[in-house]
Amino acid sequence: MKYMLLMQFSAQNVDFPKLDEWQPQEIQAHIRFMKETNAELAAAGELVDAQGLAMPEQARIVRSHSGGAPVVTEGPFPESKEWVAGWWIVDCETEQRAIEIAAAVSAAPGPGGRPLNMPIEVRQVMAAPPSEL
Amino acid sequence: MTRTPDDDLLRELAPQVVGVLTRRYGDFAAAEDAVQEALLAAATQWPVDGRPANPRGWLVQVASRRLVEQVRSEQARRRREELVAEQVPVDRRAAPGADLAEEGDDTLTLLFLCCHPVLTPASAIALTLRSVGGLSTGEIARAFLVPESTMGQRISRAKQRIKASGVPFQMPARQEWPARLDAVLHVLYLVFNEGYASSEGSELRRVELSREAIRLTRAVHGLLPADPEVAGLLALMLLTEARGPARTGADGELVPLAAQDRGRWDRAMIEEGVALVTAALPRGPVGPYQVQAAIAAVHDEAATAGETDWPQILALYGVLAQLSDNPLILLEQAVATAMVRGPAAGLALLAAPPPELAAHHRYFAVRAYLHELAGERDAAVADYRTAARRTASLPEQQHLTLRAARLAVADTP
Repeated sequence: MKYMLLMQFSAQNVDFPKLDEWQPQEIQAHIRFMKETNAELAAAGELVDAQGLAMPEQARIVRSHSGGAPVVTEGPFPESKEWVAGWWIVDCETEQRAIEIAAAVSAAPGPGGRPLNMPIEVRQVMAAPPSEL
Repeated sequence: MTRTPDDDLLRELAPQVVGVLTRRYGDFAAAEDAVQEALLAAATQWPVDGRPANPRGWLVQVASRRLVEQVRSEQARRRREELVAEQVPVDRRAAPGADLAEEGDDTLTLLFLCCHPVLTPASAIALTLRSVGGLSTGEIARAFLVPESTMGQRISRAKQRIKASGVPFQMPARQEWPARLDAVLHVLYLVFNEGYASSEGSELRRVELSREAIRLTRAVHGLLPADPEVAGLLALMLLTEARGPARTGADGELVPLAAQDRGRWDRAMIEEGVALVTAALPRGPVGPYQVQAAIAAVHDEAATAGETDWPQILALYGVLAQLSDNPLILLEQAVATAMVRGPAAGLALLAAPPPELAAHHRYFAVRAYLHELAGERDAAVADYRTAARRTASLPEQQHLTLRAARLAVADTP
């Protein structure tokens, strides 16, 4: 079963300073942790994809106009409270395992080497129909 | 992924065989598909049965058979089947190597076709890697981090586009050469850059693509040894690739030129690149690839960062700015100016950037660096942070964030 683990931040759900205000060694420890975690997931045969998104300040919101022409709203969007920083897609045996992985990445080290305990949203990826339906 | 001697030979022969089949049957798209199947067959059969005495002839024969089979299997196209059958003389089936005398020209003809301006750069790159480079759709898809079916569609649409445009499989007229060769070199340059400094994703270097670009450019240089821009591009790739091993740190982080361990640079590549650009420049006319290669050579020939001949680099960027309208050249001129005349002079160049540069993350990265050189710490930290927020490259984002953090905690001078 495939699960998407969304790293989703908002002003309410995090209580740590922005990454660019950390100490250099804290940033390095955080980067190393993420690399090692991804390498372990790949080695376990569970990693499908892991991507980080560019920062939201250059985001665009697009709607189609009645004539089909795009209507583009440029960021930043001060009203949007949440933003997706990145995601993993993992392929694992049970939901329990997906939750374990989410908890592991949630504990990525932050300032002072303390775990960030950032919120990770776990969503099952919809699959093809079962062979007998 | 290890490459066998068979792989190297197959990739070299691929464009020649596509050329032969396209000439013979007049259908580039079908020929290209048939050659892909023949390459696959060779990759599985040769290691078991041994390499045939005439590998090229073997590929032509197998690909021809596949192509004829493809046509025959389409019952609705019976007329075309007869046409193809008539087009295969019996002696060629027996001795397929006979018409391969012009193999070199075919590789170039194929490159001109695959890099035709009717294609978007992304399509031209994919088609070139498959038809000329002999890579499989799966290999190309992995190199660009897209699903194989997506890459397959991209390639097949590129072939349809060529067919629909009626571009013939022949060498362009002599007066079209400069523009068409520019298009070929641009595609090869994009392939190299994709491999060297990936603009997206988390891997800093994708070695296979840059190596493939060098191999193809070397082939073009072999076919057109007197063309100074072809030599210039090959030199530029070699002189850049030579620094590759030093460009990545132990944790996969980006190491900028000034901080690289120059002992890890590939001396043989540097020597070859320097020799190429030194021979090309006096031949003229001077073009942007030669000038960029010359700049890379000046960097590569400095034993330490401190010994870099910045006045020469500044002069070369002045030449480059007249040959190319790429706004990023201004950033390089600002860095070189700072090294020659001091950071304030460099910053002055960046005071009123053109709009397309003002939004670019590298504008802030360079300005941050010059502020740092000038001892203007707060301005440098702010610009490094802005650059980090704007880049879409993960290694670059981490590098810039770290620079900002180190500067922010450093003791005040």
